[in-house]
Amino acid sequence: MSVGFVMLVHEALDRAAQVARHWAEHGKPVVIHVDQRVGSDDYRHMTSKLEDLQNVRFSKRHACEWGNWSIVGATQSACELLLEHETDVRHVFLISGSCMPLRSPSELQSYLDERPRTDFIESVTTDEVDWTVGGLDQERFTLRFPFSWKKHRRLFDRYVEFQRRINFKRKIPDGIVPHLGSQWWCLTRQTLTAILEDPRRAEYDRYFRRVWIPDESYFQTLARLYSTQIESRSLTLSKFDFQGKPHVFYDDHLQLLRRSDCFVARKIWPQAEKLYREFLITDQSPSKMAEPNPLKIDRLFSRATERRTRGRAGLYMQGRYPNEGWENGKTAGRYSVFQGFAELFEDFGPWLARRTGNRVHGNLFAKDRVHFANDETVYNGALSDSADLRDYNPGAFLTNLIWNTRGEHQCFQFGPKDAQKIGKFIAADRNATVSVIAGAWAIPLFHSNRNFADIRREAAQLQRIEARHLELLRDGQTKARVSIWSLAEFIEDPMENLQQILDELGGDAGRRLTEVPLMADLSGFGQFLQNLKNQGMSPHLMGDFPVIDDPQKTSGGQRPYLVK
Amino acid sequence: MKLLRSYRLRLQRKRWRIRAFRKRRDLSARKNRTAQIGKRDILLFCTLRNERIRLPYFLKYYRDMGVDHFFFVDNGSNDGTGEHLADQPDVTVFYTEKGYKRARFGVDWLNWLQLKYAHGHWCLVVDVDEFLVYPFCDTRPIRALTDWLDASSIKSFGTMLLDMYPKGPIDSVPYMEGQDPFEIAHWFDSGNYTIQKNKRFGNLWIQGGPRARAFFADKPERAPALNKVPLVKWDRAYTYVSSTHMLLPRGLNLVYDEWGGEKTSGCLLHAKFLNTFVEKSAEELKRKQHFANSHEYKAYNEGLSANPDLWCKWSEKYINWRQLEILGLMSKGNWA
Repeated sequence: MSVGFVMLVHEALDRAAQVARHWAEHGKPVVIHVDQRVGSDDYRHMTSKLEDLQNVRFSKRHACEWGNWSIVGATQSACELLLEHETDVRHVFLISGSCMPLRSPSELQSYLDERPRTDFIESVTTDEVDWTVGGLDQERFTLRFPFSWKKHRRLFDRYVEFQRRINFKRKIPDGIVPHLGSQWWCLTRQTLTAILEDPRRAEYDRYFRRVWIPDESYFQTLARLYSTQIESRSLTLSKFDFQGKPHVFYDDHLQLLRRSDCFVARKIWPQAEKLYREFLITDQSPSKMAEPNPLKIDRLFSRATERRTRGRAGLYMQGRYPNEGWENGKTAGRYSVFQGFAELFEDFGPWLARRTGNRVHGNLFAKDRVHFANDETVYNGALSDSADLRDYNPGAFLTNLIWNTRGEHQCFQFGPKDAQKIGKFIAADRNATVSVIAGAWAIPLFHSNRNFADIRREAAQLQRIEARHLELLRDGQTKARVSIWSLAEFIEDPMENLQQILDELGGDAGRRLTEVPLMADLSGFGQFLQNLKNQGMSPHLMGDFPVIDDPQKTSGGQRPYLVK
Repeated sequence: MKLLRSYRLRLQRKRWRIRAFRKRRDLSARKNRTAQIGKRDILLFCTLRNERIRLPYFLKYYRDMGVDHFFFVDNGSNDGTGEHLADQPDVTVFYTEKGYKRARFGVDWLNWLQLKYAHGHWCLVVDVDEFLVYPFCDTRPIRALTDWLDASSIKSFGTMLLDMYPKGPIDSVPYMEGQDPFEIAHWFDSGNYTIQKNKRFGNLWIQGGPRARAFFADKPERAPALNKVPLVKWDRAYTYVSSTHMLLPRGLNLVYDEWGGEKTSGCLLHAKFLNTFVEKSAEELKRKQHFANSHEYKAYNEGLSANPDLWCKWSEKYINWRQLEILGLMSKGNWA
């Protein structure tokens, strides 16, 4: 008993001939179907190359168009030829010209000998199928498809749509349940002859002639009628990408293919010299009898599909520039923005870095230059500290920084004195955590030794900028996690508020705060605000400070609130 | 409105084709071997001037990659460039002394040659200091890529120009003929690129890298464009518009995914910053044949005399394409 091969060829004829020779020389008969559309010179060249082999035959040629009955027709006539002339054949293995044997013919033979009655054909009902491209599964069997999908896509789609609209349905012949599966199967003589010699074959053929991609359903459906034992999987390793086009194997897949223990793989790139050299040798090593295990290859290809369809979050490059809202994450990771903290606490940056182990930058968006952590002039990824470069595209600056420091959590200070253009981006970014002590910008002014008129002018300006920024953060569109305190609220219970911030940052979660950063001296701050008021400016963002001193004792304010 | 825009672009495309046709008279064939081009050959097009020293490695690099035939436009070289090229078995050389600037920086010449010879071929258009790196380029020839692009019905392949530089002053290590330039200039900036979309042509406009950092920190909008589409399945109806930054019809510029995914893309390693650059930039400044009144070269000259070292402590040392993939400077997409 032996396995015989039916090989469908439409390109790379030399490689197909090479593989056919390999099987034939190992005593496995091969019937080759060459697409009618292949030129007659090439065809003659191929037949002459295999002339010397008695067990290689060429079947009647059909012009094959993808998705069309012709491929089934070609398979049928090739199978008939094989079964008629090679009476010794028990299993018929359908392969393509770009298939490659990964294990020796004897291994395949003994594998099949142990399962003499088993048909290896992937065959699942349409309800269970999730891999069809274009969304046509059950409808393959109930609609008509007179237009070529490859050549007249629009007509094809329109006609499908039209039939759906008028509720057109073809009748499925009695007694068969549509099944789908990989085109590449291995059937026993019994099952295959039962299909080919079925008294109702003419009826089935007539029906399947008009089914969409019948090579994925004809044998898969009819095998269910006769097979005594179906293993619903293909012995051919064949993977499809998200567009329904087969993945191709190259020389660098050698180890992966070898370890997969699959019997046959497709498609092989015709110029993969090393693969053809390594796998088409006469293998004398004892057979391993291992079960095919394509898991690793599955993973490789599903990762590729993932990369193509979802991509890496927060990455912008020549192959990935998502439209607004399609980024799957505007930045590559979480980061924290602190506004007003460096003004209220004298050593906030170093303290935060100490407590959390995170990278804490100064004001990244300061107008003079980018204040990176440790005052570096160039940062990770060779980001420059030039304010002009940064302001040229602040969003790109931030996404670059977060991308370049993947695996680290970035914290930076922000304030109304900084370039504000980035505000919108941060507000719309899910990865941002923004904590604001509103009105804290007044503290440095309070401590400064400047003319009061200048102070008043600047205070008015900063307040206007910050108010606009807070409005943005409180907007319904905001995706960032935002906490806003007024200065008065925050200093009611600074410990509690800092603790909350640390808890959100994670890291040393659970540990109680033991060390607080040094708070700026606020005695007289209430009077300072009153003076601003007296001069006609109305400082309101910082909340209420009594003119009489000691802000520590003010009470009755609101608790800090979490906006989102 | 949309219709009007696409009609305008159509007119523009025709204008560039007519211009290319007229500029054909600039070119005279010095050695024409186009008869030996096979139907499926992968072609490379390049304009150059006085680059004799770079040629041996350039030709070897792309021959090893699987380029079948080279087209060069020799723009008035006097250092033996033309003779060397004419001696190569797989090279067709055209010669011209006409202005580089008048030919829109060589685009018109190459558009003409492509119109005439490249129809139906995969075509690579690069400068002599640009070295294509694509996913799996260490194990798969460029034919594997173009076959895959064909099977995926993709007509153009996007890259970013990645400026490579040495550590220390640019002219400290002299480049030897035949040497891999990235033995000297093997550092690059990994994460300081900015992207904008060009609404009109649909291409991305990428800027950044060491040139923006060192020479254009105070005028970033003038930093050179780094987006390039060098590999195209050419049709005689296509034209490059500005260098290889963008093409018409505009669909060819859509080498990036807009719905979150990554399209397969590569890098052009740019071996510009070698010792040859210093004299070259002085010469180019004198010739005034470069883009936008050569302001790029002006900036280089100022920058070079002030601080010629592009290296910084965050510079990344080049290893291979996989490194670039991990850094997000290129992508395998769904090619596995």
